[in-house]
Amino acid sequence: MNTQNENSNKFFSRFLINYGQELVLLASIIILFVVVSQVNHRFLGGNNLNTIFAGNAYIGVAAIGMSILIITGNIDVSVGALIGVLATICGTLAVSGYPIWFAWTAPILVGIAVNSLVGIIVAYAGIPSIVVTLGMMSILRGGLISVTGGDWITDMPEGFFLAQQDFMGIRVPLLALIFFTILMFYIMSNTTWGRSLYAIGGNPEAARTSGIDLKKGVVIAFAVHGMFVGLSTILFATQLNIIQSTVPPNLELTVITASVIGGVSIMGGTGTVIGSSLATILFAAIGSSLIFIGVSAYWLRAIMGILILCTVLADMARRRRVVS
Amino acid sequence: MRMKSIFRHETILFLVVIVALVILSIQAEQFATIDNLLNQGRFLTEVSLVALIMTFVIVTGGIDLSVGSILGLSAIVLGVAWKKLGLPLPLAILVALSVGTLAGLFNGIIITRFKVPPLIATLATLALYRGLAEGISQARSIRGYPEWFFILGQGEFFGIPTQLWIVAFFTLLTGFILTYTTWGRATYAIGANETAARFSGIAVDKTKLFIYAASGFAASLAAIIFVSRVSTTRSDMGMGLELDAITAVVLGGTSIFGGKGTIVGTFFGLILIQILKNGLSLAGVKSDGTYIAIGLVLILTLLISNLFNRNSEG
Repeated sequence: MNTQNENSNKFFSRFLINYGQELVLLASIIILFVVVSQVNHRFLGGNNLNTIFAGNAYIGVAAIGMSILIITGNIDVSVGALIGVLATICGTLAVSGYPIWFAWTAPILVGIAVNSLVGIIVAYAGIPSIVVTLGMMSILRGGLISVTGGDWITDMPEGFFLAQQDFMGIRVPLLALIFFTILMFYIMSNTTWGRSLYAIGGNPEAARTSGIDLKKGVVIAFAVHGMFVGLSTILFATQLNIIQSTVPPNLELTVITASVIGGVSIMGGTGTVIGSSLATILFAAIGSSLIFIGVSAYWLRAIMGILILCTVLADMARRRRVVS
Repeated sequence: MRMKSIFRHETILFLVVIVALVILSIQAEQFATIDNLLNQGRFLTEVSLVALIMTFVIVTGGIDLSVGSILGLSAIVLGVAWKKLGLPLPLAILVALSVGTLAGLFNGIIITRFKVPPLIATLATLALYRGLAEGISQARSIRGYPEWFFILGQGEFFGIPTQLWIVAFFTLLTGFILTYTTWGRATYAIGANETAARFSGIAVDKTKLFIYAASGFAASLAAIIFVSRVSTTRSDMGMGLELDAITAVVLGGTSIFGGKGTIVGTFFGLILIQILKNGLSLAGVKSDGTYIAIGLVLILTLLISNLFNRNSEG
């Protein structure tokens, strides 16, 4: 009886240590919803919930890929530019009369191709990922605007707008975010490949001596990230009736912030995709709730900045306590 | 040993600059004129000031993503202190410089005192400072500065744009500090091995605090020159500046992992980026197209440099 109690205590504290950040985020989301809905009942209206969850799901999907990458000790600052380019490809194909399934598949394939190339340069030429993706961001952004001139893409065919559809009463983007989060969480914590990601980021030398091909591992992590950027693009490109063929401003920072606030350590080796998805939802909910309690839109970013800073400092304090 | 110094990153970069200069002056007649080159110097000023200090930041193994936002915030503080609070303009300039320096110092405190990785700390303050700029200005621009203020960004001194004198002064100053002083040696030591630096008695935290504060100061000085150059203050000023500055520093051969890098390299990096932008647009490439060239040059230069370094080591 006693040992069982001790065991469950041990299990509980281990759970707290491993998933502390996720629990904090979940609690913050719940508290936020309870408090804000007291102040303004319309906050819980179906329309607003759709905006919060479905409208931001694409950020969460991209953050899944980003989390995988950061866990291996790499980063991608070109993700916003890539989503802009892929969305333009996706829309242009749909408008030019190609079948819709083809327009949906193309961003995934191009995303995998571009990021595999980045991964190869990072792994085999030994140039840090932040530098390569900085260059890639420049190339993609410049390329996009000089090809399209910043025109809008409109008149996509019927049936193109995947992100506007419902499935069993839930918006497709939210469903996709939940599905991919659970899938990747399972894969990353229970498969050899998933565990090798943590090993590559946490202790490359140990990973190498235990037989993991570091270079191949990094290239594959980039390719998988590219796939999620492609999936994110489909949700992004099909949610509105127009596609602005420009780079969404600051999108890369939003995606990286979601991963990091979700508990993925920038040094690599720790974090889960559940955390990054919860962080995406929390940020969307904070943004929306500030509007609902009547804060001037011009102060939104400053308040978000303070909240990010507080989360980071709280996380550092929690980690230090766990270590000591 | 001698071979190694020939294939130094700075040498390769210098050759690339020369090649770019030759090709571009053949491609576009207006390119290699004194007027054009000096004018390009004006556009180079803001990013140069930030990139010089960013070299120190990156050499310590850190990064400062908030510089663009500090520039925006300082510009807004300048405008608001002068127009809304009615301070005399010189005093408003002083206030703006102080706010920028304090913003940088605050980054340094988060990084040294609370041990937050620089990338995360400055990612958070990037949002915070830009948000403060937007909140304070309510997205309204401020115009109508007195005539004498434009000397800084639009005037000249002995035939050379005023701000180029400032850039030249700071280039020499930072180059001297990084190469010849104990401060500079401490900066390299921290980047190469922070623990070892701490044990050999270097005031690691104090050095870092100073460097991040200097980075904030450089961004606010850039803000004042920027406002003087374009005659107006807006809260979105300096957006994306951090990536331009980091590109120049890394192109200049500073290792993103710290411990290695020079001001000379950063200087060539800055020049290469600007002549590419200007030369290509004179040669008829649309301004957005030049970003493709900058991205390619960044990746290719590092590829070549890594190749040579590996050869000379092996």
